[in-house]
Amino acid sequence: MTSQTVTTKGPPHVHHMDAPTAYQAAKLGMWLFLATEVLLFGGLFASFALYRYLYLDSYIHASTHLNWKLGALNTAVLLFSSFTAAMAVDAAQHGDNARVRKNLYITIGCGVVFLIVKFFEYKAKYHHGLFPFFSGGSWEAVFGEYRSFFGLYYCMTGLHALHVVIGMAILIWVLRLAQRDRFSPDYYTPVEVGALYWHLVDAIWIYLFPLLYLVG
Amino acid sequence: MSHHNPTSHDAHGDSHGELGHIIPYRIYVTVFITLLALTVITVIVAKSPVFHFSAAWINVFIAILIATVKATLVAMFFMHLKYENRITVLYVFFPLFLLALLIGLLFLDNPFRDNAGRPPIPLKSSAQVAAPAQH
Repeated sequence: MTSQTVTTKGPPHVHHMDAPTAYQAAKLGMWLFLATEVLLFGGLFASFALYRYLYLDSYIHASTHLNWKLGALNTAVLLFSSFTAAMAVDAAQHGDNARVRKNLYITIGCGVVFLIVKFFEYKAKYHHGLFPFFSGGSWEAVFGEYRSFFGLYYCMTGLHALHVVIGMAILIWVLRLAQRDRFSPDYYTPVEVGALYWHLVDAIWIYLFPLLYLVG
Repeated sequence: MSHHNPTSHDAHGDSHGELGHIIPYRIYVTVFITLLALTVITVIVAKSPVFHFSAAWINVFIAILIATVKATLVAMFFMHLKYENRITVLYVFFPLFLLALLIGLLFLDNPFRDNAGRPPIPLKSSAQVAAPAQH
């Protein structure tokens, strides 16, 4: 670690470290947080693996109730949003705040599209009596043989949708900094760290889509 | 922590910025197109009867394999993991190792238990759930 004391050109709050060290430390902190996120979702993936093994036929049948075309559409939307998030970091590395803003608008817009598609998926489930709490009767009566699959489906996609909302909030904060032209090749930590979080949300969906919508 | 020499450029035309690694635009585009192509392949393999295997685990294995290739591409290039130092790579692999341990030990335990007390889920629908269909 570079530890020599230098007068920083960075923003006021990083004066206790030199700029490259502050940048590396912030990134490492986000990677550590992402590690806990992997384990948070990992518990659900482990449950899914075990219950799928125990109730295989039920899972395969329940999976056909999901609309894989909407799932594939949302996969493409999130992949594109990850691309534009990476482009926002690239723009910040070149000190182009206007291009940072443009890419973040697209990324956040993709998040909105993802949530709208997800809303219509949940709405269709509601109309087919496959939505918890509002479809009448107990969990067992509503879901019958599919209760294990749909329990995990709503937990996993619901927790993921919450992460999309949080990711959008982080990117809106980054966008506000870009509106004040705060980023330069010397300082773009918020763009990089915000994008890291957004990419994790994308990476988790990369696993959720085939497991829930395709193979069941 | 590695601090790059700003004058060093490697053979791929990559350059090192003031702080992190700057990757050429075309690499981001190539990765994005590859990710879309792999998504299409995932759907084809899962939906086409040509790739339908009677053993259910083969389809899951293929799906997870392709998803892992996609997640690796996202991590390496979009998240710049390829250019990070060793401690960051350790931070990535350690939770994955713990997750593998969790799933591995679950399957070393549960399938060999006496599951007689576990309530069975009936295969024929006993509730008002319709026949499988696309909605």
